[in-house]
Amino acid sequence: MTESASKQQAPMKAKDYKSGIKPVWCPGCGDFSVLSAMIKAMAALQLKPENVAVISGIGCSSRIPAYLNVYGFHAVHGRALPVGIGLKITRPELTVLVAGGDGDGFSIGGNHFMQACRRNVDMTYIVMDNQVYGMTKGQASPTTEPDWERGKLTPHGTRINPFYPLVVALASGANFIARASSSDPNGAARVITEAVQHPGFSFVQIMSPCVTFRPEQRDWKKIVRPAPVEATSDPAAAARRLMTDDSFFLGTLFKGERVAFQPEFGGQSAPVTELDKDFKINS
Amino acid sequence: MSRIAPSLSVAIVGSGGSGVMTAGSLLLDAAGTVGWYGTMTRSSGPQIRGGEAAAMLRLSTEPVASPSSRFDILLGIDWLNAERFAAEIPLDRGSLLIGDAGATPPAVFTGSGARTLDLPLSELARGIEGGRANMVALGIIGALIGMPMDSLRSVLERYLGKKGASAVAASLAGVDAGAVNAAGEAGAFSLDTPEDASRELWNISGNEAAGLGALRGGVRFVAAYPITPATEVLEWLAPSLEKIGGVLVQAEDELASVNQLIGASFGGTPSLTATSGPGLALMTESIGLAVASETPIVVIDVMRGGPSTGIPTKSEQSDLNIAIYGLHGDAPHLVLAPVSVADCLFTTQWSVHLAETLQTAAIVLTDQSLGQTRAVIDRPADVAFVSGRSIQTQTVTGYQRYAVGGNGISPMALPGTPGCQHTADGLEHSPSGTPSSRAEDHLQQLDKRRDKLAGHDYGDHWAVVEGEGELAVITWGSSLAPVREALAALDREGIQARVVAPRLLLPVQPERMRQALDGVTRALVVEQSHGAQFFHYLQAFYPQPFELQSMAQPGPLPIRPQDVVERIKNMRTT
Repeated sequence: MTESASKQQAPMKAKDYKSGIKPVWCPGCGDFSVLSAMIKAMAALQLKPENVAVISGIGCSSRIPAYLNVYGFHAVHGRALPVGIGLKITRPELTVLVAGGDGDGFSIGGNHFMQACRRNVDMTYIVMDNQVYGMTKGQASPTTEPDWERGKLTPHGTRINPFYPLVVALASGANFIARASSSDPNGAARVITEAVQHPGFSFVQIMSPCVTFRPEQRDWKKIVRPAPVEATSDPAAAARRLMTDDSFFLGTLFKGERVAFQPEFGGQSAPVTELDKDFKINS
Repeated sequence: MSRIAPSLSVAIVGSGGSGVMTAGSLLLDAAGTVGWYGTMTRSSGPQIRGGEAAAMLRLSTEPVASPSSRFDILLGIDWLNAERFAAEIPLDRGSLLIGDAGATPPAVFTGSGARTLDLPLSELARGIEGGRANMVALGIIGALIGMPMDSLRSVLERYLGKKGASAVAASLAGVDAGAVNAAGEAGAFSLDTPEDASRELWNISGNEAAGLGALRGGVRFVAAYPITPATEVLEWLAPSLEKIGGVLVQAEDELASVNQLIGASFGGTPSLTATSGPGLALMTESIGLAVASETPIVVIDVMRGGPSTGIPTKSEQSDLNIAIYGLHGDAPHLVLAPVSVADCLFTTQWSVHLAETLQTAAIVLTDQSLGQTRAVIDRPADVAFVSGRSIQTQTVTGYQRYAVGGNGISPMALPGTPGCQHTADGLEHSPSGTPSSRAEDHLQQLDKRRDKLAGHDYGDHWAVVEGEGELAVITWGSSLAPVREALAALDREGIQARVVAPRLLLPVQPERMRQALDGVTRALVVEQSHGAQFFHYLQAFYPQPFELQSMAQPGPLPIRPQDVVERIKNMRTT
């Protein structure tokens, strides 16, 4: 969970969370806004930068930890969630965020996504969804429409059913599920703030256009709109809403009440020599 | 070389549920209470439950490591499918074959010329309320080998006490009935009384020993995915970690488990997992991440027959290549291998210490035969190797996570340390951790990761080096035990040889190996792999002026000392 800065210190400002390293992203990439939203959320929560860890895998959006002045781990493709889980379980006082893209999270890392929702460790997972593999220059991703024919490995379209992250998150037990848009960084910052504050595993999909390989996504800013209803804690109600979801309703869909997974760690303990008893024959 | 201590080898076979393993475990523990050393290896059919099983024990007044080349006693509680164990339980004219009255032992055993003895196992068991044939068998074997009945009784009371007084009484009655019935053969085989019965002895498996070594080394986080034959490491660690303030998490797969280790270690907690070949194969990409990001982790690989699913329940030393060469890119890391059940403790503990000190990944290669063998051993010494990670605790301006220079070990700032925020990265990086594809950054970091390992003083633990002579046997891991025994046998014939068994397989230690082999003119390389992986490794990293000869034999059959003796006698002279 979150931590407030002590009263004596000057309040943290957005710039305190920036590393100053120039992003590799293309001009106009939605991920700039997501970076800005994450920074705003951290400032809103007054998190000490040293007590935040942002973990990522591989892809354009997975470059994000280096652009933040927090602790970061840039892991291998698809495995950011288990890295984040190992860290949070052993350092529960940290605020752990995992960030990445739709290919990293839903394709190569798809099983970890499902299992992380089930496990419900208190952390926030931000997926910048642009429905394309950008870093490898334009292949279809799990969220790509089946008839998108410009994917260089799928010239006739993927012809396979797109992955619906919110549906999978709900079915797998995520404790907080929301969607935001890079076209509304303030709204995204509010959703991320809420996600970090909510106990358990929080999943935030952020629609974040790839202007290079999916230039038509520039129009997303015209399509996205706030969901007409408030967040629910009833999974059945959330499921019904997802049946009519077109992937462009924004806001918090679901706020569950599951207790976060946090085994006791580092508490009262016996010395290691205590374990010798298991093996002594004449004890 | 030392002489071979007299030993007794006893095998008990029976179909699933007949209590073979219980009888074997109780016999081993009773031997420990007498002050005898021993080992028990287990073998079973492929069934999950209900298959045939064999418990194979070797007892001695001195520590024993390998199964014998022959068995003194084979007792069949029944003979269902027992012929499957024929290759693992060699008998000869000096052996005694005991079966239930009216049951015919398989011809493969009687054909050895062993003396047969029929005893009414099941009838005796039926005569006792709640009686079981495995307890009768235990009594028979106890009488045959001169085991003090008090020892058997105390072990029975300790282990079966929780099942209630009537269970203990029935078992004791079974043991007594067996002992009385075998009285005519009492002492047919015997072992000397131990010189000092007051020593503290332990009954431990290699898998448990590896787990204890991990915890002694400072490991407090384990991520686990079950796999034969490594699961016992994890199953022992789960409750044990809880007692000492650590935690084990069962992950969804090996990709998750190894990455959970990396996350926990990034947070400052020494972390480890145990797996077998298929799991190691899945983990290799992220082991490379641990190397590149300089995040210490330890992966124990309890090797089994491969490739692919292979033979999950049987031993083989065939993961050497993947452990040494399996990471993509130039990824210097640690590979270590314990040489005995007891050494699983030391070598795992040392591996944790090295991985933490050198901020890299360590792969520990044990195998099924070490991991699933129980042994009665002397209490393992407490060695001083604990984690020893270099931590940046002070706030500094311009902190560089991957600073170059010195011995290559750059202090690691943990999350929570103000002012030292950085991103650890599997992308090549500059000293600050910023991703970089510049040639000079790449070369600098490659050198750093190589030099910190190469420059470390690993001391005398790097290998077991024993004996004298122009003839050498170079071996590793579980193959050391049969080699030692072979050399002891040769010594009695006046043939002198030395043995070198490296515990530290990576980084290689050319100068130490040169000293160990100084004066050698011929060497035999003994290993349990079909592809002679260790032989080729030695040829690549330790070229010698003399010819290396290869004795490479795949699993699942163990390497027998007698085969090593024969092979040495048939070595080419150069």
